[in-house]
Amino acid sequence: MTDMTWVVIASTVAAALAIALGVMLPAIAMGRAISQALEALARQPEAERSIMRTLFIGLAMIESLAIYCLVIVLIILFRNPLLEYLVK
Amino acid sequence: MDQAQLFAHTLFQLGPLVIRDTVVTTWLVMLGLWLACATLARRLQSSPGLVQTAVEGLVLGVEDAIRQVLPQQVSMVLPFILTLWTFLVAANLVGLIPGLHSPTRDPSATAALAILVFLSVHWFGIRAQGLNRYLRHYLSPTPILLPFHIVSEITRTLALAVRLFGNMMSLELVALLLVWVGGLLVPIPILMLHIVEALVQAYIFGMLALIYIASAIQTLAPQGDDPTNGHRRPPHPDPLSDGEEGLERATRDFHGNEEQR
Repeated sequence: MTDMTWVVIASTVAAALAIALGVMLPAIAMGRAISQALEALARQPEAERSIMRTLFIGLAMIESLAIYCLVIVLIILFRNPLLEYLVK
Repeated sequence: MDQAQLFAHTLFQLGPLVIRDTVVTTWLVMLGLWLACATLARRLQSSPGLVQTAVEGLVLGVEDAIRQVLPQQVSMVLPFILTLWTFLVAANLVGLIPGLHSPTRDPSATAALAILVFLSVHWFGIRAQGLNRYLRHYLSPTPILLPFHIVSEITRTLALAVRLFGNMMSLELVALLLVWVGGLLVPIPILMLHIVEALVQAYIFGMLALIYIASAIQTLAPQGDDPTNGHRRPPHPDPLSDGEEGLERATRDFHGNEEQR
């Protein structure tokens, strides 16, 4: 097999693994955050606004981790900067 | 796959300036917002009609959200945050119109917005507490933490830009992939998700900007000897600390909550 085939196989496998792990772990983190927020909400319904605000911001922070993974995967698939060593 | 659909592409060139579709869509959004503001501001009445009531409710809602985070500097921060929110909602939702793409799926546009937030954090911080006191918070609690403060300033600006760009771009990418794999009407559920996600991302971007500004303004807040801080009443007074009246209010609140449910 040529070098190019290996690069294609490796980048496909790496992209699939990266997006799988990068979605799985933030999903666990989000689930924990939401369950804790629901517990706090059940205990103190009058603090709903501040709990929801903090929850949304925390979810955005966690979600951005998954987004970083997505950006890296898209770079690997569409604009891999290491390819030019091979093509040259 | 058609890459021109996915990434921002060049429309035309003005000398050395490359005008991409992002810029043109941003101009369209700005024009639309400006026209809406101009027509809404012209016919203000003291007994508001349907549209004026809706817009007033919107502005009051934003004012309320800012007051919960920054009770003292509402009028100072309101124009910036309200502009961010309205622009982001319009810019994120404009991608639903066929033929147009959200300007926020371009990393250049979100980076520009994040740099705006980065600069305004320092601007509001220096305006609220003076250059000396503002710069001193970089050295608190110890000067050893100065590099960490600087790194956190940079990374949170970067995160702000990448979060918005990644979300909007991935939504368009998923819709495009579904058209490509499925058929013409398959991505409609994803487009409904697009509406929710566009609103949530605009909310989060504005809220994070607000919180960063608030943290810059309140970094060295004095512990109670400030006259502007003194008369701020806590929203939920401790029923045990202020005797008979507090206890009565607590039981009344409790029963009121019971009736609401």
